[in-house]
Amino acid sequence: MNPWITLVGAGLLTYGIRLSFIVLMGRITVPDWFQRALRFVPAAVLSAIIVPGLFDRGDAIDFSVRNPQVWAGILAIAVAWRTKSVLLTIAVGMAALLALQLILG
Amino acid sequence: METALRRKEFLGGVRDESPILLGVVPFGLIFGALAVTSGMSSAAAQAMSSVVFAGSAQFIAAQLLGADASGVVILMVVFVVNLRHALYSASVAPHLQGLGPGWKLVLAYLLTDEAYVVTITHYNAEGDAHGRHWYFLGAGLTLWTSWQISTAVGIFIGAQIPRSWPLGFVLPITFIALVVPALRDGASVAAAVIGGVLGLAVGGLPYKTGIIVAALVGITVGMLVEGRKR
Repeated sequence: MNPWITLVGAGLLTYGIRLSFIVLMGRITVPDWFQRALRFVPAAVLSAIIVPGLFDRGDAIDFSVRNPQVWAGILAIAVAWRTKSVLLTIAVGMAALLALQLILG
Repeated sequence: METALRRKEFLGGVRDESPILLGVVPFGLIFGALAVTSGMSSAAAQAMSSVVFAGSAQFIAAQLLGADASGVVILMVVFVVNLRHALYSASVAPHLQGLGPGWKLVLAYLLTDEAYVVTITHYNAEGDAHGRHWYFLGAGLTLWTSWQISTAVGIFIGAQIPRSWPLGFVLPITFIALVVPALRDGASVAAAVIGGVLGLAVGGLPYKTGIIVAALVGITVGMLVEGRKR
């Protein structure tokens, strides 16, 4: 397949997924439990990406205590919980990772 | 609607999205560099950032294109990786019901992870919900613009970006900054913990299908915890 066709196809698929319920919800009746479930979408989806990401070091999954990403991640979670600041969380998380990489290798 | 309110909402979205760019810009730089080093043309790499506009799917698609994977396989992978956006779509849909088709078409295009979390937090906040789609637009366009520019810079500097950059870390740290401050009660904490632990446990499922499984169980547990308190 021509890469441009693949690229446009991937774009249309992604757009269709994003548009799906925005268009549908006006036309169909959505059950009450479904509405209640939506509140938990950000927490559940993003956490399912965050936790594996902390253990994934690009070339391998690293469960050892010498994985600097896990410690930097825990620190970032603590900072985010206490301060609720996006900027501070990312800055502290990145700085901690760079420092820990030097120490733990 | 008065112009002052539109401007206040729009600028509010720009302001609240801005700190996230600290995580998004390195991600865009690395995408641009990776796309051209894995064999895509500069034009195709840049086009992917505006046509697909979904960071993690773009990474995988660029690598698969570079590895000469078939188009059908790439489309299937992109579909699965981006399926979580259907949950986002359902989540913002009730807030967009009063809007015309033009707004819905534009805001659906801007519905990325990073714009979604900032916007849904604002939609769920107390107070007058009037004009909050302007906030969505401000947050979405801020992310869109920085994604296009950082992709272009990444393509331009290409292989000069050091391989040692911890790519695997930029995305989770950005998402931590987005999701943790929004955990307000035991039920949402339960949804996050279960989603995260299961995401790791079933992370080996092909093409990130584990994210959907983990998220659905996390959502269910959140609802059960919420139900018990009633």
